[in-house]
Amino acid sequence: MSESLMILTPLLSPFIGGIICIFFWKHLKVQKTVYLIFTLITLIGSLVLIQQVQEQGMLTIQAGNWKAPFGITLIVDMLSALMLSASAILGVVIHFFSLSHTSVTYERKAFGFYPALLLMLFGIHGALITGDIFNLYVWFEVMLIASFVLLTLGGEKGQLEGAVKYVTINFVASALFLAGIGIVYGITGSTNMAQLSVQLHAEEASPLLHVGLLFFITSFGIKAALFPLFFWLPASYHTPPIAISAIIAGLLTKVGIYALFRTAIFIFPSDNPSLRQLILVLAGLTMLTGIMGAIAQKDYRKVLSYLIISHMGYMVMGLGIGTTAALTGAIFYILHSIVVKSNLFFIGGLVGQCSDTFALDRAGGIYKRLPLLSTCFFISAMSLSGIPPLSGFWGKYALAQAGLIRGDYIIVAVSLLTGLLTLYVISRVWLQVFLKEKPEEKAEQKNEEKERYFVGRHKGMYTTVILLMFIILVMSFYAQPFVYWSETAAEQLLNRQEYIENVLGK
Amino acid sequence: MAIITGIIYAAGLYLLMQRSFIKLVLGIILFAHASNFFLFTAGGITRAMPAFVHDGKPSVDELADPLPQALILTAIVIGLGIQAFAIVLLKRVYHVAGTSDLDQLRTTDREEENV
Repeated sequence: MSESLMILTPLLSPFIGGIICIFFWKHLKVQKTVYLIFTLITLIGSLVLIQQVQEQGMLTIQAGNWKAPFGITLIVDMLSALMLSASAILGVVIHFFSLSHTSVTYERKAFGFYPALLLMLFGIHGALITGDIFNLYVWFEVMLIASFVLLTLGGEKGQLEGAVKYVTINFVASALFLAGIGIVYGITGSTNMAQLSVQLHAEEASPLLHVGLLFFITSFGIKAALFPLFFWLPASYHTPPIAISAIIAGLLTKVGIYALFRTAIFIFPSDNPSLRQLILVLAGLTMLTGIMGAIAQKDYRKVLSYLIISHMGYMVMGLGIGTTAALTGAIFYILHSIVVKSNLFFIGGLVGQCSDTFALDRAGGIYKRLPLLSTCFFISAMSLSGIPPLSGFWGKYALAQAGLIRGDYIIVAVSLLTGLLTLYVISRVWLQVFLKEKPEEKAEQKNEEKERYFVGRHKGMYTTVILLMFIILVMSFYAQPFVYWSETAAEQLLNRQEYIENVLGK
Repeated sequence: MAIITGIIYAAGLYLLMQRSFIKLVLGIILFAHASNFFLFTAGGITRAMPAFVHDGKPSVDELADPLPQALILTAIVIGLGIQAFAIVLLKRVYHVAGTSDLDQLRTTDREEENV
C-alpha cells in the first residue's frame, strides 16, 4: 500500500461511508452495515499508522504535489495516530451501542444518525491529520456542523435548548479562531504550521503575536471547556440520547486539547514563563471548579459532564509543565480519558434504561439487578479517579512526577486533591445508584427471568461496555506500549526541527 | 478598515448578549462578517493587479495577495452554513418551546425528569 493511501485511509473511509449512507437514506439495514464496514476500515488504517509512525517517523503528503509552504500539507505523527485510533475505536463500539432502538430511537436513525456520525468522524480525523492552520479551522467546522446535527436529532425540547447554547458558543469560538489565524497570517504571510513555526521562532515576540496566541487559547479553551469558558458544556452535553452524548463528550473536547497542544507548542515560543504560568493557573482552576460542580449535581449525566471539565485540567497541566515527561503523561491521560469517559456515559445509558431515571436519589439497587454492569462501572470509575493498578493512575503519576521535578508544587497538590474529590464523587454515585435499594420498590423481589430478559434486550449495549472495559484493563495492566507510544508522541511534539524538516524538506 | 471591523465586532457581541432570538441571529451574522473583515485587513490591503501571470511577467510587488481572499471565501461559505443552521434551529426552538426569550430556555438546568 502506498504511503499516501495509508495516510488518507482514516480520512477518506468515513467520508466515503457517509456519502454511501446518504444514498441509502431509506434503508437502515444497509446504513448499519456500511457504517460498521467503514469504521472498521478506519480503525485498521489508524492502527497501521501507529505501527508505521513507530517504524519510520512522521508521514507527510503534500496535496496535489504543491511544495510545502504553498500547498496543503497532511502530516501524521504519533500524537495524531494515537488520537485517530482512539476515535476510530469509539466509532466502532458506538455501532453496537446504538443497535437497539431503546438507546437511539428508530426515528433518530431514520433521519441520518449514521451519516452524521461518519461525517463527524471525518471532520475529527481531518483536524488530527492536517498540517495547515486554516485547514484546521475548516475541519473544526466540518466536525462541529455534524455534531450540531447529532445534538439536535430528534428535536426534543431539552435537546433544542441545549443546542442553542452549544451552537452559539461554538460559533463564537470559531470566529475567534479565525481572527487568530488572521493575526498570524498578517505577521508571517503563511498558514502552514511548519512554516509558521520557523518564522515565529525566528523573530522577536511582538505584542501582536501575543494577542494572536490569546485568541487561540480562548478559542480552543471554549472548545475544550477550560476554566472560565466551560459553562456551555453541562448545559448541552446531557441532552441528546446517551450514545450521542458519549461520543461527543469523549471526543470533541479532546480535539480542542489536541489543537491547543499543536498551536501552543509548535507555533508559539513555548518557553515563555508567563505563558506557562497562565496555562498552569487555567489548568488548576479548571480541575477545581469542575470537581466542585460535580459534587453539587444530582443527575448522573451532569455529574459526568462536570467530571469531564475537571479532568480536562490534567491534560492542560501537562502542557503547562511542558517537559517531555509531562507531555507523555498528558497524552496517555487523553487516551485513557477518551475510553473511560465514554464508557461511563455508556454505562449511564444502561443504568438509565434499567431504572428509568438519571436522578441520583431516585435510582438505586442496580448492583442487585445487574452485577456485571456494576463491576464494569466500578472498574471504569476507579480508573477515572486514579486508584493504583488502573490506567488513570499511570497518567496521574507521570504528571505529578513531572510537576515535582519541574518544581510546580501547587499544581501537583491541586491535581492530587482533585483526584481525591473525584473518588468522593464517584463513590457517592456508586452508593446511590448501585448499592442503595431503590426507594419505591423495596418490596420487589429479584426476578431472574426479568433480569435475563433485560440483558438479552440490550445485548448490543452490553457488548460496547464490555469491549471498552477490556481496553481499559489492557491499558491498566499492559500499559508499557501505551506509555511508550505516548512518549514517542511527546518527543515528536517537542522536537520541532523534525516536524519542520518533514514538511519543508531539509 | 480597522475601525469598521471593531465597530462590527462590538455590534455583533452586543447583539449576541441580548435575550431575543432575532437579535441572537443578527449577532451571529455580524460576528461572522467581523471575522471576515479582520482576516481581510490582516492580509494587507493593497491596490494591485490580480494574481495572474501574463507574458510580461509582472514583479511580485505589483500583485495583490490572493490568499486572504481565498481564505475569506471559505470562511464565508462555512459561516453561511452555520447561520442557516442557527436560523432553522431557532425557528424550531420557537415552535417547541413557545417563546423567543433566551432566558426562558432553562429546562436543561432544572432537575431531570424521567428518561
